[in-house]
Amino acid sequence: MAYSDQVIDHYENPRNVGKMNDKDSNVGTGMVGAPACGDVMRLQIQVSDEGVIEDAKFKTYGCGSAIASSSLVTEWVKGMTLDEAAELKNTKIAEELALPPVKIHCSVLAEDAIKAAVADYKEKQAK
Amino acid sequence: MDIKQNYFEFLGLPESYQLDKQALSERTRELQKTLHPDKFAHLADHERRLSVQYTAYLNEAVATLKSPLTRAQYLLSLKGEDTYSESSVQLDPMFLMQQMELREAVEDITDADDPDAAVEEMYAEVAEQKQVFQVEFQTLYDQADYPAAAITVRKMQFIYKLERDVEALEDKLYD
Repeated sequence: MAYSDQVIDHYENPRNVGKMNDKDSNVGTGMVGAPACGDVMRLQIQVSDEGVIEDAKFKTYGCGSAIASSSLVTEWVKGMTLDEAAELKNTKIAEELALPPVKIHCSVLAEDAIKAAVADYKEKQAK
Repeated sequence: MDIKQNYFEFLGLPESYQLDKQALSERTRELQKTLHPDKFAHLADHERRLSVQYTAYLNEAVATLKSPLTRAQYLLSLKGEDTYSESSVQLDPMFLMQQMELREAVEDITDADDPDAAVEEMYAEVAEQKQVFQVEFQTLYDQADYPAAAITVRKMQFIYKLERDVEALEDKLYD
């Protein structure tokens, strides 16, 4: 199966790979995994006092589509409010990356990851 | 013998996670003998086709039951619990964090002072985690808590993936 140019671009030049301190109160961390392929994804956001995502980082162990999906999400969510980020749909990711049907679950994983990061941040703030 | 039977029935083994390996290989040999194509050579196409079909089913059954992971998945599928599809399951973040650290550790092996020792250490970790999850699965399965057993299988899948990563790295190191 051939990867689309968009996937190859993100795979070869992943944006925002890295790690934030998950103990920081302004950082939200989303950890998700896909058992069938054993992929693990960590997506982190740094949020301003106004509830805007200032920075995002990811680390993914998985196939090219999973890496590209998470890389793309970190690009997209920068500048978004938490609510906007939580509403991000996997279909948009899949469309942008031209993912074939068998790789749709990779975009679902990235959607789950950003949702988990937003939820983690909100939970921290509520404390 | 009937391919409508499940793998355990087909092989005449009890439907349980504990596998009698000796009984499995004995039964496999017996069935292979019974199904040997030579015995069907003089028969009609229909029978010959059946012997091929049964042999394929036997191979499938043996491969599935031999691996502790696919045996667990198969047992659960007989109880109506699907662990094959890529459904989105919420796994404990601590577990995922640990898996991520292990993958990072595998990645770092290439630069380790003693990569051989680091690979061995990682295999030991894989073996230990497999053991833990197999015991956990056995317990939950015996208690008929299939949804919880399914979560354990999901976790087991990550360990098998970790093992494949270590194997791939080892191949690279010795190339």
